[in-house]
Amino acid sequence: MARPELKIENLHVAVDGKPIIRGLNLVIRGGEVHAIMGPNGTGKSTLAQALMGHPRYEVTAGTVTLDGEDVLAMSVDERARKGLFLAMQYPSEVSGVSTSDFLRTAINARRGEGNEIPLMEFVRKLDRALKTLEMPQDMVRRSLNEGFSGGEKKRNEILQMMLLEPKIAILDEVDSGLDIDALKIVARGVNEMLSENLGVLVITHYQRLLNYIRPHFVHVLMQGRIVKSGGPELAEALEAKGYDWIKEALGIVDETVGQEV
Amino acid sequence: MVHDVPVSSEYRYGFRDPDVAVYRAPKGLTRDLIIDISKMKGEPDWMTEFRLKALDIFLAKPMPTWGPDLSAIDFDNITYYVKPSERRGRSWDEVPEEIKKTFERLGIPEAEQKFLAGVSAQYESEVVYNNMKKELEERGVIFLDTDTALKEYPELFRQYFATVVPPSDNKFAALNSAVWSGGTFIYVPKGVKVEVPLQAYFRINSENMGQFERTLIIVDEGAFAHYVEGCTAPVYSTDSLHAAVVEVIVKRGARARYTTIQNWSTNVYNLVTKRAMTEAYATMEWVDGNLGSKVTMKYPAVIMKGEGGRADILSIAVAGKNQVLDAGAKVHMLAPNCTATIVSKSISKDGGAVNYRGLVNFGKNARGSKANVKCDTLILDDRSISDTIPYNEIRTDDVVLEHEATVSKVSEEQLFYLMSRGLTEQEATQMIVMGFIEPFTKELPMEYAVELNRLIAYEMEGSIG
Repeated sequence: MARPELKIENLHVAVDGKPIIRGLNLVIRGGEVHAIMGPNGTGKSTLAQALMGHPRYEVTAGTVTLDGEDVLAMSVDERARKGLFLAMQYPSEVSGVSTSDFLRTAINARRGEGNEIPLMEFVRKLDRALKTLEMPQDMVRRSLNEGFSGGEKKRNEILQMMLLEPKIAILDEVDSGLDIDALKIVARGVNEMLSENLGVLVITHYQRLLNYIRPHFVHVLMQGRIVKSGGPELAEALEAKGYDWIKEALGIVDETVGQEV
Repeated sequence: MVHDVPVSSEYRYGFRDPDVAVYRAPKGLTRDLIIDISKMKGEPDWMTEFRLKALDIFLAKPMPTWGPDLSAIDFDNITYYVKPSERRGRSWDEVPEEIKKTFERLGIPEAEQKFLAGVSAQYESEVVYNNMKKELEERGVIFLDTDTALKEYPELFRQYFATVVPPSDNKFAALNSAVWSGGTFIYVPKGVKVEVPLQAYFRINSENMGQFERTLIIVDEGAFAHYVEGCTAPVYSTDSLHAAVVEVIVKRGARARYTTIQNWSTNVYNLVTKRAMTEAYATMEWVDGNLGSKVTMKYPAVIMKGEGGRADILSIAVAGKNQVLDAGAKVHMLAPNCTATIVSKSISKDGGAVNYRGLVNFGKNARGSKANVKCDTLILDDRSISDTIPYNEIRTDDVVLEHEATVSKVSEEQLFYLMSRGLTEQEATQMIVMGFIEPFTKELPMEYAVELNRLIAYEMEGSIG
């Protein structure tokens, strides 16, 4: 299997007519971990939602391709079936649908009719992932995310990623609301998945997640654009010095979207 | 699960077999007709009298105007009695081929092979196939069609018949009392617990024919029974009327469960009076699923006469285009320390209207009683409507009444979430709907749960985008 490649070129995204992402370029390949960092309000989550195709996020210019195919022309579910995955910051709750039933349906949606996952294989995979994420068995029998704590929801997102085996996974603030132990567990799940067949985009406010999921590339997002890229050392510099030195160097006064340089 | 969706654009169970009935009453309702029906059935005089009195009540009572519009029902244009064959089929071999074919398409023989204790399948107005396992007979359980029960157990029958739903109760109970035919009779003796569900299939298969089955269930002291009926009906061009009466008597310390899934075609007026009476420490459970029909008015009721009684009423209603489903529950708590739980799940779509209409009545002797009512509604589009109409009557202190109602729409966020995992919009919507009614589905026997999920999946088709 060829390494997957997600290519974002000159992406512009608007929400309710207001431009948020304004000319973003990024290429993520299998085996790579990219981190997008930035203060609040710089467009990080907008990028994640737009890549997955949330109807409220309007792409006004640019292209996104996955292995050469036009992602922007695909519906949300097509994107998922092609191998795009978004671990959401605020996963929805669905009453009366168990996580395991949902997961099986989702896996089979991707595999297609006549190629459904054998039950035993599903159970084995599920058990292994649950163990890695230190989730109790009965959690997958509960209604999807209903009554889950913030930390449980985040683990459930990673559980879904582990079972759906995407080509490109976007993790949107998967560290928010997690204590250090939960953070380690979530990172363990992601690390277990890392291979040539998976490219990861980690979106985070804080550097601490990157102590556990080591990025190859770090990008700083301000005003809806990547204003600086580097290796893991960039994340460490941000941790030590904050964002102000970048703003100063680039002459940015207000880093949030809608503000001009 | 969500892949297993019927794809035909025709109503799935809307097939019709050629008419094989040998007697068909002339249309319209007269005293002579009722005397004829009663004679043909070989009924005792008291029943003929009962029918004639009920007819008078029916004619005297005005049409109810407090609910959905019933003005299109033309009582003169309904066939009140159709007898499909002269003799009742005793074994499967004796059942006419046409009728068998209909049952096969409904999956009856397979269902029986699995775990049916006995099948009493109503075809038009008469029960043609009635099979009961020996084991039940040996334990003294009576499971018959109602006409046969009247013949074979006249005293038992007369003791309980019309004691819970008198003909004067409402116009349609009066109509049923006048022209009733078929239905199910069950008697479970003291202390006998029937663990396998007793099942019957109902089906209207004659154009413009009213179906007026009459069901009477008596669960004696300390006994248990679960009766299951599922209904599917063919599609017709003119309106049909279904006005059934169900009476359940639950004696001291006994428990009865009555499970229904109804899926009438969208020209049927489904006006059913279902009522149970509980003695002390008895439990009545109504599990009631309503799909299809043009108009449904159905409020399963429990009259709790004895101390410490329990009522659990769990229902779903799904209303689509040009449909009005007015469903709910009624409990009358007339003794101390009773408990009632009402859970209603309603779905409206494609411009349909679904209402919850319920009554909780704490009588003056109901001290220490508790009732909990929970109504949830899911509206699938902007054209559909829903209303919650709860009535509460409290005539004593020291009671607890909780009422909770929610109305929700399938949210953009939920759809996005499920679709982001690869489900199509239709699959995602179905999953949300199935999840919504899961508290109901999980109470059904497996094969009914599967059938209900299929019917819901089918109902959801074409209502997306």
